[in-house]
Amino acid sequence: MKRHWLAWPYIIWMIIFIVVPMILVVFYSVTEQTGEGYQLTFRHFHRFVDPIYINVLIRSVVLALVSTIICLLLGYPMAAILAGREFSRKKIMYMLIVLPMWMNFLLRTYAWMTLLERNGVVNTILSFLNLPSLDILYTNKAVVLGMVYNFLPFMILPIYSVLSKIDQSVIEAAQDLGGNGIVVFRRVIFPLSLPGVVSGITMVFMPAVTTFVISRLLGGGQFTLIGNLIEQQFLSSGDWGFGSALSVIMMILILLSMGVMSRYEQDKGGGALW
Amino acid sequence: MRFLKKTYVFLIFAFLYAPILVLIVFSFNESKSRGNWEGLTLKWYRELFQDRQIMSALYYTLLIAILSSVIATVIGLVASIGIFHMKKLPQSMVLNLNYIPILNPDIVTGISLMVLFISMKMNLGFATMLLAHITFNIPYVILSILPKLKQMNKHLYEAALDLGASPVEAFWKVILPEIMPGIITGFLLAFTLSIDDFVISFFTTGSGVNNLSIVIFGMARRGISPKINALSTLMFLSVLILLIIVNLRMSVDNPERRGKNGRSKENGRYLPGIGHDI
Repeated sequence: MKRHWLAWPYIIWMIIFIVVPMILVVFYSVTEQTGEGYQLTFRHFHRFVDPIYINVLIRSVVLALVSTIICLLLGYPMAAILAGREFSRKKIMYMLIVLPMWMNFLLRTYAWMTLLERNGVVNTILSFLNLPSLDILYTNKAVVLGMVYNFLPFMILPIYSVLSKIDQSVIEAAQDLGGNGIVVFRRVIFPLSLPGVVSGITMVFMPAVTTFVISRLLGGGQFTLIGNLIEQQFLSSGDWGFGSALSVIMMILILLSMGVMSRYEQDKGGGALW
Repeated sequence: MRFLKKTYVFLIFAFLYAPILVLIVFSFNESKSRGNWEGLTLKWYRELFQDRQIMSALYYTLLIAILSSVIATVIGLVASIGIFHMKKLPQSMVLNLNYIPILNPDIVTGISLMVLFISMKMNLGFATMLLAHITFNIPYVILSILPKLKQMNKHLYEAALDLGASPVEAFWKVILPEIMPGIITGFLLAFTLSIDDFVISFFTTGSGVNNLSIVIFGMARRGISPKINALSTLMFLSVLILLIIVNLRMSVDNPERRGKNGRSKENGRYLPGIGHDI
């Protein structure tokens, strides 16, 4: 049983393509190129402490949080209904939730542009119903909508999978002991579904806070989110130092939120965090 | 109450499917702009196959997806067996490293690989994009195969050896069939992740090598050609038909195995059709 050497090719692969790139990003974030080579500097991080950039960070976090909350509010009832006993065709329902992900994610986001345009599909329907028109394309609202749209399945699925594994007899026991619907939900069902909620929140918040595509397509302006800022540094301004510093900040942000979330993760197996 | 629930489910599905419906409907639109409707046509489906930009993007998307998922599955399979036989401490170290590409935001993975390739003076293009795809695919393959190895009865291999099989024979005839569901799950995961990837490809490609996502991104602000709508309608339909066939076959073949197939709890990304338990 001495076959652990089989892992070595991949370990070398990881060192080249995972470890070294990360070290390079950290390296570029704390150095600058001068006449006599690379010198240590905290200029890039210092530059970030500017209201413009801090606001970008705050906006990214706020928009991602709002999207996550909306996903939770929309997704939990959906997961609960699908996990409930009266829905028989669970497999088909499950497929219907995953199926949209098979269409290219950029295209689906782009389709929202068609839907939300001033003379788009949504406004045509609204004016047909004599309702006031909706003009949210190229605003933060459209960005939130795009995030909710793209990441809602990531909230529904983990909650659904936890809810459908809850032992029905536990719920019946709570009812027998006199709990009404609300009490049973608050004291029994919700706590038991917490691992699913936690992984749902993580799976929505992480991609939402780092996206630059949704904000580029549906949002206005250029500096919408921190993801756009990073993209800008590498692809248009060519400022690798600042871009790397922003990436390091983003990684720290992700690590922090993972740390916070894992505190609430009670049972490791149930939630399927990753 | 039942009616309310059904309405809610219907509304959520309407929300999820509205853009897809729009895309499909507009692939039959005579007009080139996305705003107005000028009647039915199939011309975009005909012109699609003459469009060199789209056809080349489709070619690279499929080629990279096939190559990267096959290579990632081979490396991942070999690595899983190695990791499985490691001692506790190095094993957990390797697994933690393996998690980095999964946990890292795509944009960070993308730019860090781009920085690596440029620092190594590599020209961004097909090779760099392929390397990047293999790199982000392997962790998912390993996380699909490793649980299968752990579930496997470890005496099976020893029994095969006792019965006179060589280690290579025992691997092919005993271990491989046992962990096959994990391998297939890992391969499909890798394939779908690769085909759908935008962010990492965007940063690691160059010199005219584009995949479909990059082409779509480039078109988005100017307006996407209805040919793209036609192409994605075709791709969507083929996936749909494939899933229906697979599901029908699965339920015909052995009904009691439904849902158990390839459960990959470890994988954070829920992917369509790749048997998550219902």
